[in-house]
Amino acid sequence: MFGLKADWSLEVQNRYFTLEDYNDGVARWCPGCGDHTILTAVQRILRDHQVPPEKTMVVSGIGCSSRFPHYMATYGFHGLHGRAFPVAEGIKSRRPDLTMFVTTGDGDCCSIGAGHWVHAVRYNMDMTVIMFNNEIYGLTKKQTSPTSRAGLKTNTHPRGSFLPPINPASSTLGMTNASFFAQTVDWNSAHLNATLEAAFNHRGFSFVHVLQRCTAYTSYLFDGMQADPNTLALLTGPGSIDLDPSVARIFKNRIEHDPSDIHAARRVAETTDPFPIGILYQDASKPVYDDHSNEGLGTPPEAKIKAMNKVLDLFSI
Amino acid sequence: MQDNMETAGQGPKRISEHIIEIVSDSGEGAQKAGQTFGSLSAKMGNGVWTVEIIPAEIKPPARSKAGASGIRIRFGDHQITNMGDEADLVVAFNGQVLYGRFDQHAYKAGTILLIESKWANDPVPEIREQYAAALEMFKEKGLIIHELPFEDACLEITPNPRLGKNMFVLGMLSYIYQRDLQIAKDNIAYIFRKKAQKVVDLNHALLDRGYAFAKQHVPTYCWEVPGRENPGATIVSNGNEAAAMGIMAAGIELVAMYPITPATSVSHFLAEHLYKVGGFMHQAEDESAAAGFAIGASYAGLTAATITSGPGLALKTEMLGLATMAEVPLVVVLVQRGGPSTGLPTKVEQSDLLAVLYGQAGDAPKIAIASSTIEECFHDVILARKLAEEYRTPVYVLSDTNLATGVSQYPRPELKEEWLAAPLDQSDWPEGVRPYEWDPNTGLSPRPVPGQRGGEYTLTGLAHTEESHVAYDPEVNQRSSTMRSLKFATLQRTLTPPEIKGEDQGDLLIVGWGSTRGSIEEAVLRAQKDGYKVSSTHIRIISPMQPGLKEMFKKFKQVITVEINYSDPAPGGNFTEENRRRAQLAQLLREQTLMDIDSWSNVHGQPIRPGLIYNEIVRRLAH
Repeated sequence: MFGLKADWSLEVQNRYFTLEDYNDGVARWCPGCGDHTILTAVQRILRDHQVPPEKTMVVSGIGCSSRFPHYMATYGFHGLHGRAFPVAEGIKSRRPDLTMFVTTGDGDCCSIGAGHWVHAVRYNMDMTVIMFNNEIYGLTKKQTSPTSRAGLKTNTHPRGSFLPPINPASSTLGMTNASFFAQTVDWNSAHLNATLEAAFNHRGFSFVHVLQRCTAYTSYLFDGMQADPNTLALLTGPGSIDLDPSVARIFKNRIEHDPSDIHAARRVAETTDPFPIGILYQDASKPVYDDHSNEGLGTPPEAKIKAMNKVLDLFSI
Repeated sequence: MQDNMETAGQGPKRISEHIIEIVSDSGEGAQKAGQTFGSLSAKMGNGVWTVEIIPAEIKPPARSKAGASGIRIRFGDHQITNMGDEADLVVAFNGQVLYGRFDQHAYKAGTILLIESKWANDPVPEIREQYAAALEMFKEKGLIIHELPFEDACLEITPNPRLGKNMFVLGMLSYIYQRDLQIAKDNIAYIFRKKAQKVVDLNHALLDRGYAFAKQHVPTYCWEVPGRENPGATIVSNGNEAAAMGIMAAGIELVAMYPITPATSVSHFLAEHLYKVGGFMHQAEDESAAAGFAIGASYAGLTAATITSGPGLALKTEMLGLATMAEVPLVVVLVQRGGPSTGLPTKVEQSDLLAVLYGQAGDAPKIAIASSTIEECFHDVILARKLAEEYRTPVYVLSDTNLATGVSQYPRPELKEEWLAAPLDQSDWPEGVRPYEWDPNTGLSPRPVPGQRGGEYTLTGLAHTEESHVAYDPEVNQRSSTMRSLKFATLQRTLTPPEIKGEDQGDLLIVGWGSTRGSIEEAVLRAQKDGYKVSSTHIRIISPMQPGLKEMFKKFKQVITVEINYSDPAPGGNFTEENRRRAQLAQLLREQTLMDIDSWSNVHGQPIRPGLIYNEIVRRLAH
């Protein structure tokens, strides 16, 4: 049925999509929230690649970042807290024609959804995952997140968070079958766009960890980083993201890095100061679960009946 | 066949039915012998119900109570719908394995026991003593005991009788019940089709030896259980296999599951066969993910199902609430076991009904179908798929360990292409139609699917408008709740009252649901023949509830449910008429009809046998 219109006529006109075709209304995030930049970045990628809105799927969990699908004029699934991955996997399992994005937050992914996250990495299904890390629960008003820094005072830890934060990079890269992991920051659009572009182009589970400012609760955590590019370290070398030299030159800290080397990637992942940005790891040869779940798609009814009758024969007397 | 008819006495005696058991240590092949006997009997036209006796432990010690492994076969000249009461004849490979069977009330005074005699001469004194003690107990219980040297007879044919004894026993039973030896031999050839011909020959020889052995040692045990005429194309399977075949026949192409007893064997079947019809089975990382995966697939326009048992249902609860709220079709096959918590993983219970209906937070009405026969396990999945799509909601198909593990025969279903139809196409979404365009009269709405141009929307588990926009205002939530509830009222209006078995008025009406049907109807029929004014009815669609119940119930002096879930005993001590908790269907019926409906139930972990139900009828009606 693909490519056919309701009246069975063929789509002849070339459709051209503008940013507006992916945009649905005014995003209701706080002014200055990093989520707005990420929304624009995703819409730009879709526009650049001319993906039809009806073939685009955005799945999310619960939290500020998970409101993302509501601001897209595509298909969206705003489901349960922590459970975006299983739903996205189910959608993708038999719909290779859909372009899949998952938007999730640090609480959604690294806390309540951690079990699904670990397995989603291993399934390595073809989707672009953006983890918005503002190091705090925003929507429910300032509770500690697993990525909150030790000592951060929140409504659930008013005397300061007890434990060191989870490191999303080392956690992801510690998992079997990881195939793509990158980090970026919401306040550098050029780097954000280029990173998401690389993730989009990777077939497999492309996980992008974005440091994201929460103007309501944790903006101050990132103020220093935003003011001083030396708090970041740009990953460079063959296989790194394609960044415009005029942007690249603001980063004085550089790490020459080979993203095909998992051991190097794990070492870089352990670094948090300066915070490495770019592709830590990429291996397009890792097995993709879609290749199995797609098996048998389009089997005609006659063939199904025939096969089913053979199964019934096994139980016939 | 000619040979078979020659017996020592005056020829085989005709009987209507018998219940037999073969009990052994695990690994001695009793189940294989029993399955073959069951299949052979079905081929000869008998009604058959077999159920396996599973050891309580994974590696039980030999000759122990916990190690009982075997099979019960009930067969007759009529349709058999349940495992029945006490056995008529038992073949045992040692004594200790039978102890547990007495706890299950599997035998009665007069049950014939054919038992391996070699333990009497075992070199280990302790074993000889245990054997003697067991026999002493069986005598006290009134069993008719025949100690027979099975293994010595097998040794004439094979040096390893432990592995061959089962086909020898099949031979014995073939004499005793005058089975067609040629069919038995064909079955054996099929079982060992992947082995060398000498293996087939050896097992054929053991079969013949067993036949001659029984003729020699117990010649008067010779019965004929006549078969029915030409039953037509027939399937023999258990309820889980039937459900799995139903899933395939229903065109469900994506099944997501997480291993759990006793539902898992549905998945084993699908893992082996679903790909043959182009489908895919996903083993998820947990129960919630399995439900989420299936919901995702269904949202994307596929037909999807998930499979689970009680503890898994608890974990899927959140996802199923989402499916109800966001109106995503989903088939949930629920094979019940004993609860709460991990409960009785391998035992029978019907105690998830209220969890299914009320398990979610908030108001989450749902469709629940209870299969009452193995055949219904097949057809109910096809019905569930249709209802799920038509009503855009999860549909639960409830079975239990009794149906899941019982094996019986039913007419081979004729597959239909319409069952396989894709739920939705990918043509453009009609302009101006909203994603929840609720029909104010029915609550039903068409469903856009990703890929459909013009239908783009974001599904949400939050309260939402027809446009699927998040909305917290009072009217929207009231209206959307009403629309979701209206669907169930709409469905309920299309249902018919359940059938009544017996007179439509009388002293007692027994109401059941699920796997108890065979036992209830058998007990009621027996009581009717004994002059009691008792009838029964069985509810298949429990939510929304089938109509006409109050009118039906009014014509009986007493109405009770018979269920396999917990209810408090009769008032006494702290249990009073006011605080007494009734069985689950009874609670629903009391609410539905505002009538004083009682319940009779237990949680023994066993199917409720017809004899026990009969006793309860007599207790209530005999004055």
